[in-house]
Amino acid sequence: MAAILSVKDLKKTYAGGFDALKGVTLDIEEGEIIALLGPNGAGKTTLISTICGIVSPTSGSITVGGHDAQSAYRDARALIGLVPQEINLEPFAKVWDTVRYSRGLFGLPRDDAYLEEVLKKLSLWEKKDSRIMQLSGGMKRRVLIAKALSHSPRILFLDEPTAGVDVELRKDMWEVVAQMKAEGVTIILTTHYIEEAEAIADRVGVITGGELLLVEDKDSLMGRMGQKQLEVQLSQPVDSLPEALAGYDLDLVNGGDALLYKYDARAERTGITALLNDVSAAGLMLADVQTRQSSLEDIFVGLVKGDQP
Amino acid sequence: MNWIAVGAIYNAEMARFFRTLAQSFISPVISTSLYFVVFGAAIGSRIQEVDGVSYGAFIVPGLVMLSVITQAISNASFGIYFPKFIGNFDELLSAPLNFLEIVLGFVGAAATKALFIGVVILATAALFVDLQIAHPLAMLLFLVLTCISFSLMGFIIGIWAGNFEQLQLIPLLVVTPLVFLGGSFYSISMLPPVWQVITLFNPVVYLISGFRWAFFEHADVPVGLSLLAIGGFTMICLVIIWRIFKTGWRIRA
Repeated sequence: MAAILSVKDLKKTYAGGFDALKGVTLDIEEGEIIALLGPNGAGKTTLISTICGIVSPTSGSITVGGHDAQSAYRDARALIGLVPQEINLEPFAKVWDTVRYSRGLFGLPRDDAYLEEVLKKLSLWEKKDSRIMQLSGGMKRRVLIAKALSHSPRILFLDEPTAGVDVELRKDMWEVVAQMKAEGVTIILTTHYIEEAEAIADRVGVITGGELLLVEDKDSLMGRMGQKQLEVQLSQPVDSLPEALAGYDLDLVNGGDALLYKYDARAERTGITALLNDVSAAGLMLADVQTRQSSLEDIFVGLVKGDQP
Repeated sequence: MNWIAVGAIYNAEMARFFRTLAQSFISPVISTSLYFVVFGAAIGSRIQEVDGVSYGAFIVPGLVMLSVITQAISNASFGIYFPKFIGNFDELLSAPLNFLEIVLGFVGAAATKALFIGVVILATAALFVDLQIAHPLAMLLFLVLTCISFSLMGFIIGIWAGNFEQLQLIPLLVVTPLVFLGGSFYSISMLPPVWQVITLFNPVVYLISGFRWAFFEHADVPVGLSLLAIGGFTMICLVIIWRIFKTGWRIRA
């Protein structure tokens, strides 16, 4: 598929000398959901802001739908909707007016039917005549999404959409995102909730210190980096590993109560059958067996600490 | 030109004005009336005619200018500072807009509000004094140009201001004194000779003089010079704003 957004060697040095972006290159394909993961201050918001025109790049290029974001900024920005991290709505304005205002800024003629559809999709229709200050935090966030969708963007940026949002609302938000994707909207979200990326992203980019460490298909990333662990609980603790099990990558844990076996879940042979056979051959009695897969969070922590992918 | 966007900004700004229409309307009426009570009735009765015009009528152009200038600056500076303050200026930066469209929307609305106030004050003044307007078109031209140019100045102040105190700083420390000392309530010819020269460095003198000429056909400085002054001031403001957007000063990191 063709890239709808292409960022090449993007650098941003702020006036104070801080290098927020140190040469980011990234291609985003139409219709995908990509999650940019990174700790606070990694450069996620700077990256988004630079693409959207809020921050001027120091060097590098950005192309949106084939339009250069600097020289053809009108065409480029027309394709983009941005849901900012901070709730920055005018407290006295009414929901309907603020959403209509956003559409107007993009130079589109009034289309009440479309805006009604957007508000209904976000369960905001009943609130259309409410003032922003009368809404709950979650509702305000939805208004931000409605504003971003008011001009039917093909690319939607969600900057930390669920920061400070309760679990239920977070799930709601994910549903909205899934719906957008179904409609063919390309979605780029930043988050530091790994579970969010794990739940909804197609691809994951890890950004830290202004550099993009990797961008990879979420499943393959988890498969490649994700280790599985098998914990074998013994009915009788042992002091040391029996000789017969010396060939396995085994650790004795819980004071000799359990054996911990690490393996690659995607490998052709995991070695589990042989291990379990050898465990019983060595005369050990099994009390319980459980497996655990490392999450994106484990992978992420490993990456940011400097482990090579 | 993205005219729809200009309209969207303009309408949103005007909506704020209409939300507080009563306040916007009542406060200039009351303050104008107070000026007439104090300057017109109490003091004016002791002052002879100035340049052949009754003192009450003489101060009307100055009063209108005083309010219009103050209102234009405060409306425009607040209008552009408020989105910066709550953080949704980013929405303007990320929309397909150029600087001219943003300026037209905000400055257009601020100038409209100031014009409205100016007309309200004129109407109020007409209740107190017999108001003759010798050159209505010239009067309107001066009024509209003043609304626009000081809204542009307010826009610059709003971009520059980092907090609400700074927003008030220039109007309070620079503009109000210049307007008061610009011949709002007196004719320059009433000043001692040295001050007559010094006062010519005050740009507001040219505005008030030209505006007053449109009413009474009497000016402290030539009318052409007044037009040149306000035209030049508008140009300076436009160039500053153009530079601001070109460099992103205080708006785009």
